[in-house]
Amino acid sequence: MPGAQEIVDWWNAGRRRHRRRVAALGVALLVALLTIIVAVHSDHHALAAVGEDGQWLRAAGDYASTRYSPLAQITAANVRQLRPAWSFSTGGARGHEAAPLVVGDTMYVVTPYPNVVYALDLRAGGGTVRWKYEPKPAAAAQGVACCDVVNRGAAYADGRVVFNTLDAHTIAVDARTGRELWNTKLGEINRGETMTMAPLIVRDRVLVGNSGGELGVRGWLAGLDLATGAVAWRAYSTGPDRDVLIGRAFRPFYAADRVPNLGVTTWPAEAWRIGGGTMWGWISYDPELDLVYHGTGNPGPWNPDQRPGDNKWTSAIFARRPATGEAVWAYQLSPHDLHDYDGINEQILLDLDIKGRRRKVLVRPDRNGYVYVMDRATGEVLSATPFAHVNTSKGVDLATGQLSLNDEKTPVLGKVVRDICPAAPGAKDWQPSAWSPRTGLLYMPHQNLCMDVESVETSYIAGTPFVGMNVRMYSGPGGHRGEVTAWDPVNARAAWKLKEPFPVWSGALATAGDVVFYGTMDRWFKAVDAKTGELLWRFQTASGIIGQPITYRGPDGKQYVAVLDGVGGWAGAIVSADLDPRDTGAALGFVNAMRDLPAHTAKGGTLWVFALP
Amino acid sequence: MRATAGALLALLLLGAAPAPAPLRVCADPNNLPFSNARGEGFENRIAELLARELGTRVEYTWWAQRRGLVRHTLAAGACDLLVGVPAGWDPVLATRPYYRSTYVFAWRRDRALDVRSLDDPRLRTLRLGVQLIGDNGVNTPPAHALARRGIVQNVRGYPIYGDYARPSPAAQILHAVADDEIDVAVVWGPLAGYFADRLTTPLAFAPVTPAIDPPGLRFTFAMAAGVRKGDTPLRDRLQAALDRRADDVRAILDAYAVPRVEQP
Repeated sequence: MPGAQEIVDWWNAGRRRHRRRVAALGVALLVALLTIIVAVHSDHHALAAVGEDGQWLRAAGDYASTRYSPLAQITAANVRQLRPAWSFSTGGARGHEAAPLVVGDTMYVVTPYPNVVYALDLRAGGGTVRWKYEPKPAAAAQGVACCDVVNRGAAYADGRVVFNTLDAHTIAVDARTGRELWNTKLGEINRGETMTMAPLIVRDRVLVGNSGGELGVRGWLAGLDLATGAVAWRAYSTGPDRDVLIGRAFRPFYAADRVPNLGVTTWPAEAWRIGGGTMWGWISYDPELDLVYHGTGNPGPWNPDQRPGDNKWTSAIFARRPATGEAVWAYQLSPHDLHDYDGINEQILLDLDIKGRRRKVLVRPDRNGYVYVMDRATGEVLSATPFAHVNTSKGVDLATGQLSLNDEKTPVLGKVVRDICPAAPGAKDWQPSAWSPRTGLLYMPHQNLCMDVESVETSYIAGTPFVGMNVRMYSGPGGHRGEVTAWDPVNARAAWKLKEPFPVWSGALATAGDVVFYGTMDRWFKAVDAKTGELLWRFQTASGIIGQPITYRGPDGKQYVAVLDGVGGWAGAIVSADLDPRDTGAALGFVNAMRDLPAHTAKGGTLWVFALP
Repeated sequence: MRATAGALLALLLLGAAPAPAPLRVCADPNNLPFSNARGEGFENRIAELLARELGTRVEYTWWAQRRGLVRHTLAAGACDLLVGVPAGWDPVLATRPYYRSTYVFAWRRDRALDVRSLDDPRLRTLRLGVQLIGDNGVNTPPAHALARRGIVQNVRGYPIYGDYARPSPAAQILHAVADDEIDVAVVWGPLAGYFADRLTTPLAFAPVTPAIDPPGLRFTFAMAAGVRKGDTPLRDRLQAALDRRADDVRAILDAYAVPRVEQP
């Protein structure tokens, strides 16, 4: 099994380190002090770099994942004059979920499979190609990826652009020349592993995770050396504590979680080996606590009767040390998940006054329909409030952290279960939110979908017939399929909500000009008032938008806003993968809810860059 | 001069009687006993039989049998025939079924286990293996039937996709029986029939009963040939060929020891 040896090496190395520790104490103290000084200095630099000097170095903008920019040339008062400055065709036909990066006078764009990276020169004002890097991933990876062959973006640090390929490689290229610096194979497509997430770089660690829960893949997050690409550690989501990198530092908030090897004992024998919990979503970093935060995907196999127990640590959030991967706390959002509620959404790190007390919190709008506000130092759930129509559960007990399920919505073989809300993509999927410190609101793009589940149709995989599941998704209460919710996490309530005909599958962006940007699958790029949600401006792009908008200051000193169009992803697969609208169960039932999308958009990726005149 | 004229004539004749269009088959290049790139599977053999009967030859488009199989092959127009699909399977237009097989229990022949029923009390203690299809939709029927009986702790799941870098990846579960990692595997019959005598230790197998397990879980499936929806002319030609060569089809299935059952 890939990574097993690395884990053993890591474990043994740790024990060796321990033996030498006493002798090396003085040296270690000195080194630690120096490290802290360097770390604080460089972190300060990195945090400041994000917005203030007008760059965009990682998909989420800053380490706290706020997607907030202090740039304020474009405001609620003048955004009506926004117009396209230039555009650029990526040549890709599949779903474009990535965020462009801006470093100095260069923009970097990574496409869906075949994962081409472009460096675009911003000096000429028109985005001429400085270099193009083609990793040529194995074509077979397309047949393995579950939900369109997307890529969610690259990350920049120390002169390197780092990104993942669908065939499970992490690659670093020289930001100046496009020359490949290292290329590390992390997963095995022959066993169903792919990679689609955007890496996060913390100091000299590149953090990446895998996709492929649908194929029985076991999830992991890995820490690579930024200079060489060597795998420093790999933390699995299931299995014994040594695989999960749970050690002496592990202190989950809830007592029930403080038991050894829950990644084994909350499963039937050996089932954790193919138990899912992949890591294809977002990672945040708090430099002060020196903790990274990431989620884990849902458990497998689909039939929950085959995996009695909580199935730890799937559909959970981990806090880990970036240098070693060591887990500090974990919390399971959806124990023994019944509905495909992956727990991989973003965690926004904020300092908020909760019940009169300043708290360092982590805000997680989860697929199960709740906004969790958690103490990010301890893993305590401070509040968990539904932000959408939820009937699969009845709330979270704050004393135990336990989600209370509604048994009526449990899928049962041979029985039709109707009106399961939210549907399998959750109340909100991967599409990342943005936070504005000026309004105190979190802007969440999400969907409003319910589903019926029925096991009736004969299905067929690898020569083996079986009775498959017929899932049909459709719009939730109100008849619209998408929403943008401005959420007040302190008072745990929505300030306003916008309705959209299609699921809002794009990211959001908030700026100091009090404008919030997002895109729609029916080809509108929109700017709304951050305070009220009032539509201020919109522009019709070539294809539907599922990408992540960003903003930057160009070499000419002007503020620009950029976004990729190119419809697709799980929600848009009906267009990007040419699925048959009559096949209502296709894309795991998503096609039923999206039958009218082909009338609104064709496929194909274009980068759009907007500016004031 | 005469030689040149002869060559010209030959060319003209060739041009006048073009070879008939090949039978374009979509097949998995690494999925014995069904098919492989060396033509060693029973679906390869049936494809060749059908092509001969239609007076042409087989041309393959290789694609692993995973999600998107029909979309990337038949529907994309890359090929025209899937030799073995479940009868009535919605994504294709199918012929009448030409065989019906069943899930089976498989164990080492040197152990007198002789498991035949899902209600055999020994299933609560034996080490069992079932094939799982990740967390994508509903799973193989034995996985559900055992879970419904509360038989979970002694059940080991094997990914049906296996490791595609190895030959016949779906056979991993049968290797596990031969190597004594598990006592009994519950698998689709053709897999057990073919591999029973091809592993380090021979296996015995018997059909799963009941064939329909409450509340309606099926263990037998009828298999047919499938073409693109709307391609009725090809389907009808294939149906006629299957009907004419029914004895030969049976002989191929016998040669691969494909377990067959009557309609329950």
